[in-house]
Amino acid sequence: MPITYAFLLFLIFSSLQPILSLYEDQVGLTDWHQQYIGKVKQAVFHTHKTGRKRVVVSTEDNVIATLDLRRGEIFWRHVLGHNDVVDGIVIALGKYVITLSSEGSILRAWNLPDGQMVWESSLHGPKHSKSLLVMTNVVIEKDNVVIIFSNDRLHAVSCIDGEVLWNKDFEVESLEVQKVIQPPGSNFVYVVGFAASSHFEMYQINARNGELLKHESAAFSGGFSGEVSLVSSETLVALDSTGLILLRISFHKGNVSIQQTPISNLVEDSPGPAVIIPSSIMELFAIKINAVTIFIRVTGTGKLEVVEKANHETAVGDALSISEGQQAFGLVQHAGRDIHLTVKLAHDWGGDLLKESIIMDQQRGLIHKVFINNYVRTDGSYGFRALIVMEDHSLLLLQQGTIVWSREDGLASIIDVTTSELPVERAGVSVAKVELNLFEWLKGHMLKLKGTLMLASPEDIAAIQYMRLKSSEKSKMTRDHNGFRKLLIALTRAGKLFALHTGDGRIVWSLLLQSLHKSEACQHPIGLNLCPWQVPHHHALDENPSVLVVGRCGPSSDAPGVISFVDSYTGKELSSSSLVHSVAQVIPLPYTDSTEQRLHLLIDADKHAHLYPKTPEAIGIFRREFSNIYWYSVEDDNGIIKGYALKSKCDGNVADKFCFGTRELWSIVLPSESEKIVATVTRKLNEAVHTQAKLIAADQDVMYKYISRNLLFVATVAPKASGEIGSVTPEESWLVVYLIDTVTGFVLHRVTHHGSQGPVEAVFSENWVVYHYFNLRAHRYEMSVIEIYDQSRADNKDVWKLVVGKHNLTSPISSYSRSEVVTKSQSYFFTHSLKAIAVTSTAKGITSKQLLIGTIGDQVLALDKRFLDPRRSVNPTQAEREEGTIPLTDSLPIIPQSYITHNLRVEGLRGIITVPAELESTTLVFAHGLDLFFTHFAPSRTYDSLTEDFSCALLLITIVVLVAAIFVTWVLSQRKELQDKWR
Amino acid sequence: MKSVKVIVSFVFTLSLLSFPSSGFQSDELLVDDEEFGLEGSPQPRSPEPILTRSPPVTAPTRKRHSDLDSDSKIQFSLEHAFGDSDFSPAGTFSARLKTWSHGGQTLTKLRFSRNSFTDEDKEKFKNLLESDDFYRIRIPSNVLSPPGRDFVISSVKARCLPREGLDEHFVIHMEGVNVLAVNYGSPGCCPYPRNLKFPAKWSFSSHTVLKNSEQAPRAPVFSEEILGGENAEGEVVQPPERSFWAKYWMYLIPLGLIVMNAITQAMNMPEEQASGQGQLYLVWPRPLNTEINLCIKILELEYFVGSRISEVKL
Repeated sequence: MPITYAFLLFLIFSSLQPILSLYEDQVGLTDWHQQYIGKVKQAVFHTHKTGRKRVVVSTEDNVIATLDLRRGEIFWRHVLGHNDVVDGIVIALGKYVITLSSEGSILRAWNLPDGQMVWESSLHGPKHSKSLLVMTNVVIEKDNVVIIFSNDRLHAVSCIDGEVLWNKDFEVESLEVQKVIQPPGSNFVYVVGFAASSHFEMYQINARNGELLKHESAAFSGGFSGEVSLVSSETLVALDSTGLILLRISFHKGNVSIQQTPISNLVEDSPGPAVIIPSSIMELFAIKINAVTIFIRVTGTGKLEVVEKANHETAVGDALSISEGQQAFGLVQHAGRDIHLTVKLAHDWGGDLLKESIIMDQQRGLIHKVFINNYVRTDGSYGFRALIVMEDHSLLLLQQGTIVWSREDGLASIIDVTTSELPVERAGVSVAKVELNLFEWLKGHMLKLKGTLMLASPEDIAAIQYMRLKSSEKSKMTRDHNGFRKLLIALTRAGKLFALHTGDGRIVWSLLLQSLHKSEACQHPIGLNLCPWQVPHHHALDENPSVLVVGRCGPSSDAPGVISFVDSYTGKELSSSSLVHSVAQVIPLPYTDSTEQRLHLLIDADKHAHLYPKTPEAIGIFRREFSNIYWYSVEDDNGIIKGYALKSKCDGNVADKFCFGTRELWSIVLPSESEKIVATVTRKLNEAVHTQAKLIAADQDVMYKYISRNLLFVATVAPKASGEIGSVTPEESWLVVYLIDTVTGFVLHRVTHHGSQGPVEAVFSENWVVYHYFNLRAHRYEMSVIEIYDQSRADNKDVWKLVVGKHNLTSPISSYSRSEVVTKSQSYFFTHSLKAIAVTSTAKGITSKQLLIGTIGDQVLALDKRFLDPRRSVNPTQAEREEGTIPLTDSLPIIPQSYITHNLRVEGLRGIITVPAELESTTLVFAHGLDLFFTHFAPSRTYDSLTEDFSCALLLITIVVLVAAIFVTWVLSQRKELQDKWR
Repeated sequence: MKSVKVIVSFVFTLSLLSFPSSGFQSDELLVDDEEFGLEGSPQPRSPEPILTRSPPVTAPTRKRHSDLDSDSKIQFSLEHAFGDSDFSPAGTFSARLKTWSHGGQTLTKLRFSRNSFTDEDKEKFKNLLESDDFYRIRIPSNVLSPPGRDFVISSVKARCLPREGLDEHFVIHMEGVNVLAVNYGSPGCCPYPRNLKFPAKWSFSSHTVLKNSEQAPRAPVFSEEILGGENAEGEVVQPPERSFWAKYWMYLIPLGLIVMNAITQAMNMPEEQASGQGQLYLVWPRPLNTEINLCIKILELEYFVGSRISEVKL
């Protein structure tokens, strides 16, 4: 008895932690990690000696990073919070990067070599305003000063320690400061702006002490609009409110004068209002009328003259002083497949310092930004390099007429991910350009053998490790037996599709979708969904799989939709169309047509359902299943959940036979004064459930899981408590969770957690849902589990009924049968707050499940589902222990070895996606945020395959040796026997 | 939970037993003590649609409850629609509104009186049955100021309702005076290939259940002592429990095997000798060998003794 007890305990504890961690040499075998920074907003080159090889960038994803100019790698990177938007960056003292962020209220200095934060100061002001950051060369008591205008106040801050030296308020109401200018070599700054939209205000302020030296204002009845361009330190150019008249505003020596020039005087055929491209190039500025960019020179006498009209898409970079009084600026123009990079002197339009033509990948789209930097060539002349930001958010460095490096930073903002199988390996298809020859194969195996027998030298070990990491096996472009090799297809915010190989994370193809391209008809296209459209398997194997991309022209849900179909193997857009209707919801239906195209319903804002593909066959299939199709909508903002069935015709237009009207079947109205929807979760559509029954060993009982695809988990909180944690008392906050059948609208389960509040993260799988929230009473995060069991099938466990056949296991299940469900739930404390939660999914659903938790530290933690078992008790009985029930604890353990991201971080983690591999034990995990991370994960170890380091050669050799030994001994024994007999 | 289940099933069977074949029934719900309960109160009613006639049994209960000052009686209507038609009144729910001292309001005694189908309604319902369409109902989402923000709608395939008569089952989910949702359907199962079946009697037997939110179980909180106690217990108890056999089985088993092997060998030995008597040639060398061995051993011994002796001499 004690033995079995001990043995059982051993079993329990050994099976409790199925080694999730990996050994040091296993890092990188099945996982890869890529770091990105997002779309670059501002770049500052470092010109000093030490940092010459670096560029400092700030991005739209609130990242500050320094990149290596030679290779584009990240030296260091800081991800600021999502509400800590970077407004400006400058380099100070040659060693600090000073950043202004969080709407101009936080100023930080980072050490340039290593990215350590040196100081931080917060700047406050009376009201919110535009934030400007200007580096000055004013020195106050050996301190270099940086001048910041933010929150309607001018601050001067010391670069050394971040101390605010002085600040100054402006009395004028509604002053919109446009620029803060320090004329070179002076001790004062100009603060210029517009007041009441028709007054130009100029303040001259002593940069040493903030004393107001002069204040001038000038009225202009036409009003001002948009941005301004600085053409000298005391002159700027603006547009009037109609956008038809150029205003040259000079404030030389404090005397403000406004000179008007109608654009029609300069350009004969100016069809519409112009927009100023903000710049600060000496004597030159650019305006844009429709798609035409016009460069205008401001001569010393104040005359304006057009120097060039560029019809191509053009991007202009800021000015760069190259020598005393000389300024250069960069200009990039598109010309067909090429882009032309031109660096010109500001005062001399004709003389190009540099003119290069570079072939650019069409999938990168238009150029959005240019940053120019100069360097001294080996022959002593000036060379220029340009950092360009493209439409797909990628970042490229151009130098000497070539692309030195490129970064695919569009991958930092993935919206949706799906997977696609790779082509099947066939005799005719040559896919293996990396196949090894026999000698190398043998050599590899010999090395492995040496490693196994511990005979390998350190060099050999390194070679073995290199071989394992660079194994050609994992990066092949064909399907493998285990289903590890797949294509991850990701849709990014820039409207670009990327196909990543799961083996090594390389980009197989990328496509800038034309349908999500900004155009006249579609001003602000955004991608919404990515669905597998065609997954050929049985009878359509010759066709390539394809994906459906659904987008929308504009942020509101009634904007017209766009769809496009993309081949998953080649990355070619098969077709695209802009829809006449809007897209509010995309519903993949569980039906496919003869070419394995999946039927999809697109629900528009008027609750009409549109069927795709628009083929007669699809409509035939759809008509057959018509009465069994239901859908629901969740209106988050007013707390109403509604269920619908379809009507055979659209209400308005009769002509479209692929359009169906909807009828409301049920509605759930949550009281708006006490509940606000914060989370809704459903089961994954393609989830496999292995068994419907759960055996409860404790009382020799069977419980049937309530496995319905139509369950919706809804979490609501008190409207007051929807803010930050701690903003309400426990008495006035509660969390209510619902389980709703989406066909009938039945509320199957409703439970209230008093004194709890969001944010709620939940995951729904099989018959259970796990959700995470904050318990205000306990001051801790909690995770709860609800398991749902079907009571109406409970009497099936009678064996005699099964034998006689009087069971209802095979009868179809209807949602309209009143379901008797039993729920079991339990709550546990959990230490982390979390960013995302997912569950492992395997091919057949046999392998036990683990929860994948995206922690606040941007790591992915695996937590066994058995810890979240509602049947855990303090003293489990013998039978329960045998079943694997863990004794009850009040909090969930965090086992350090179970971080599947091991020592890596997925910065800005937003989502975790699990995809089953063919191998039942293994699931593929893809975590994305700013960074991407992919790994194979076996929730209960790889029980169905040999380990990676298993040496086949050793096994073969052993067998051969054994067989040989058998023969030798057999012969020997024969001989011996013969001798014996002759004796 | 179990007790509730028992009560429910008991009440349910009771109500089933006591249903007379009447045109109209009204169910009463008692929610004062239990989470939810169900009571069938069969009332013989005329088949005419009488909206305002209240069941006679309600009078005493009302009197009893009118003693409490905080109670007030409220009514709200049930409306129905056939397929896509407009909603029309179909019945009335009446309940007692209980105002708690802390300000919360709950409905307590819910009873339902349903209007009978008119001939027109019957015709419409037959059409629904034939086309396997939806029978829809709605109630206001706020019982004090109907319809509140919106109506709460529920619907069922019409073919699910007919049994003997028309059986319906309401589960009304409440939060204070707000109706969140109503689960409307047949009380039993409704197997999927729904067969066309007309009800024998055009009368409804209705069951209503009022449900309020349940409290979630709180996370277990363990105090330090329990954990400490467990640990101490684990430390103390484990060592003495291991018996001698448990400790040394790995040594004992091989030992036993060896012993057994030796015994069998010993048993075999005499047999071998006995059987080997005839084979003179084979037996011959053995004594020879032993003799040689013996000789060597004796020599060794002599040498050893000799050295010993020499040592002693020194």
